[in-house]
Amino acid sequence: MPHVLAMGGDVARFTGGASEFEVAALSVGAMIRELEQRWPGLGEYVERRMAIAIDGEIFQDADGAQFRHGSEVCLIPKIGGG
Amino acid sequence: MTDVLDRQQTETHFATVGTRPIRPDGVDKVTGRAAFGADFVMPGMIWGRILRSPYAHARILGIDTRKALALPGVKAVVTGADFPDLASEIIEGGEAASNSRDMAVNVIARDKALYEGHAVAAVAAISPAVAEAALELIEVSYEPLAHVIDVEAAMAPDAPLLHSHIFTEGLEERPKLPSNIARKHQFVRGDVDAALAAAEVRVEGRYTTKAVHQGYIEPHACVASMSEDGQGHVWCSSQGHFMVRSYCAKVLGVEISNIKVTPAEIGGGFGGKTTIYLEPIALALSRIADAPVKLVMTRDEVFRATGPTSGGVIEVKLGAKKDGTITAAEVELKFQAGAFPGSPVGTACMTALACYDIPNFRIVGWDVVTNSPKTAAYRAPGAPISAFGVECALDELAQKLGMDPVDLRDKNGARDGVKAAYGPTFQNIAFLDTLARIRQHPNYHVPLKANQGRGVAAGFWFNVGGESTGAVRVSDDGTLTVATGNPDIGGSRAGMAMMAAEVFGVPVDNVRVTVPDTQSIGYSMLTGGSRTTFAVGMAVVRASEKVVADLKKRAAGIWQVAEDQVAWKNGEAICLDPAKADAKPLTLKGLAAQSGRTGGPIQAEVSLNAQGAGPGFAVHSCDVEVDPETGHVTVLRYTAAQDVGRAIHPSYVEGQLQGGAAQGVGWALNEEYIFDAEGRMENAGFLDYRVPVASDLPMIDTVLIETAPNPRHPFGAKGVGEAPIVPPLAAVANAVSAAIGVRMTDLPLSPPKIRAALDAKKA
Repeated sequence: MPHVLAMGGDVARFTGGASEFEVAALSVGAMIRELEQRWPGLGEYVERRMAIAIDGEIFQDADGAQFRHGSEVCLIPKIGGG
Repeated sequence: MTDVLDRQQTETHFATVGTRPIRPDGVDKVTGRAAFGADFVMPGMIWGRILRSPYAHARILGIDTRKALALPGVKAVVTGADFPDLASEIIEGGEAASNSRDMAVNVIARDKALYEGHAVAAVAAISPAVAEAALELIEVSYEPLAHVIDVEAAMAPDAPLLHSHIFTEGLEERPKLPSNIARKHQFVRGDVDAALAAAEVRVEGRYTTKAVHQGYIEPHACVASMSEDGQGHVWCSSQGHFMVRSYCAKVLGVEISNIKVTPAEIGGGFGGKTTIYLEPIALALSRIADAPVKLVMTRDEVFRATGPTSGGVIEVKLGAKKDGTITAAEVELKFQAGAFPGSPVGTACMTALACYDIPNFRIVGWDVVTNSPKTAAYRAPGAPISAFGVECALDELAQKLGMDPVDLRDKNGARDGVKAAYGPTFQNIAFLDTLARIRQHPNYHVPLKANQGRGVAAGFWFNVGGESTGAVRVSDDGTLTVATGNPDIGGSRAGMAMMAAEVFGVPVDNVRVTVPDTQSIGYSMLTGGSRTTFAVGMAVVRASEKVVADLKKRAAGIWQVAEDQVAWKNGEAICLDPAKADAKPLTLKGLAAQSGRTGGPIQAEVSLNAQGAGPGFAVHSCDVEVDPETGHVTVLRYTAAQDVGRAIHPSYVEGQLQGGAAQGVGWALNEEYIFDAEGRMENAGFLDYRVPVASDLPMIDTVLIETAPNPRHPFGAKGVGEAPIVPPLAAVANAVSAAIGVRMTDLPLSPPKIRAALDAKKA
């Protein structure tokens, strides 16, 4: 199962303190739906406020991005720039 | 995507990519033909001016515009009351999300003026002189309030409160009282307290920086017209005309489809033009006046009313083994956000330790509102500030360990497989190669004389992708037009032309690039975050590939062969079918001439959301000489090396490195917002706010590291515009500290500070 690690942001506030957990989802969109179901509000929070690094590559607003079994999925605050 | 990845992985030599053609916008710019925001003129156009708060913090008790409206020639006056009150809502449109209510109130104040220069009213009149005179007739009744600009003073419980609705986010429990602290950010790994306690060598320091402006030469400017049927048209200079469109629609409470934005040439942005200031005011004035309205900021207004980046406090503790292995890092960052939340302290936290593999750390950041202009993005937002503290502390650690500063960074440096401090595991990075090239560079080995010092520092930036559109059209004569939705800030027209030329196999001079208005091309996120060459380039390459596929199909039709029997090489279709051995290649020009008979106009537009931008690392070395009598610093040598993936146009990439270094040197040595006791800016002009000029700098030597091309980009490009401004603050400070034998921790390192440090050392 993909392993999710949350860095920064308020994910732990939704999960009761957990910043690392496993998900069954194999895509960003499916993960957002799964998080919303497990911890109401978290899916929407991740969708609006977080970028998602999959095996080291950062994805922003990419519901279709796929995970592998065992993927490292890192939730990080969305990144802007100058 | 597969085709794109396959070519990058198999080809390393390109016909056009990596060459240095003459920039396509150069002639217009040096001859004055290029039309910037202030150059637009419309029939029947009138002129607007903005009244700004003289107070850093004041309640607005009332605004009486009757006398101004009665002045002959005045066509319209607006105040905050002419704009809708918006709910607090996070909106997309730029690169990072923005709060719609904060943006609207920053454009024009409502019940309070939150900084000196905050817009409170605006007029439009038949001439600039009449508009100026009308401003004098607007009577604003203020109740001055106590103000706060210093970040730590603003964090104090008894500080003057800017907003009663801000309750610190990011804490375990919601606070009971509002405060100026908008948000706490935290990134933690391991047990930093235990690791610091166990460390064989420790250093700690407190570092401070002042707010600095992006310093673009062109002031904000626009012309806006809003007709009776509610359709608006804006001509303006910005980093993203789609951003201007969506933000104006939100602030005015109109549909996006009712706003059209035509981009002007842009005279510098550096992040500062990723938001709106004038455009909705000009539209609102035009709506009342029933005429196009032109608004142009003075330099004074640019300084007082548009986003600088934060001033900050950076506290750093490092722990290490005697062999130089860093075991612990604690970093606390306090950033001025200006009048509304949203300083770049979050990205400052994420980048602070990104160059290094440190097992135990705690990074805490505080976003703090202050009575100063709302901060806007500035190249690699936040990263130079946190890097200043961390890279100076590393310099001190290297001294304590007796290690070369490059060796210390190399020993602890990020490499493929290392988990970044902000979370993901790095891949395809070349930080160690970048360090090695600085160590090998001749500048690093020049013997130093008395009063001279050498400093080294590193920097990191994520780079981003995002939504992008590229279109390619073939003209009747076989020449190409590329259109994108992104204003050209750093040479993107040249890069786009080169990438298209590479796909088509034609000379780059056969490709012209245009940036059409928001109704003439698909949506693109703004130009920023070092995303354009990477992300928009991918869209252009995909569109070019679609056109080439179409050309091959048409050639197959002409030859009456299967499509897979046609290859494309060097701008020609080649028939591979042995049964058609006498078929001569069909050139792009020849196919274009037959487009009517083979299916009509030849073109393609591709929109995509580019991902996997790939991070950039920069390492800089700087040699300085300090005049001990005056405290003046002369930069003797400066070397900037960077992991760039692969340079599409090396001269432009080198220019990005040089420009970032130059701006960073100014940040380190001279630039700062200076406020008087009333919170008014004292140096709102380029005479007193001193950016470096050519004579202040040596030739900045550059080294492009191309050992880790980005596998996500067809030609291996990574973003390059942000990382080069990250190291200079610390590189310069480390050099000055070495030259005078005193650790300098408070930017800018202006002559009085250096003199004071030398005097204190003597005493």
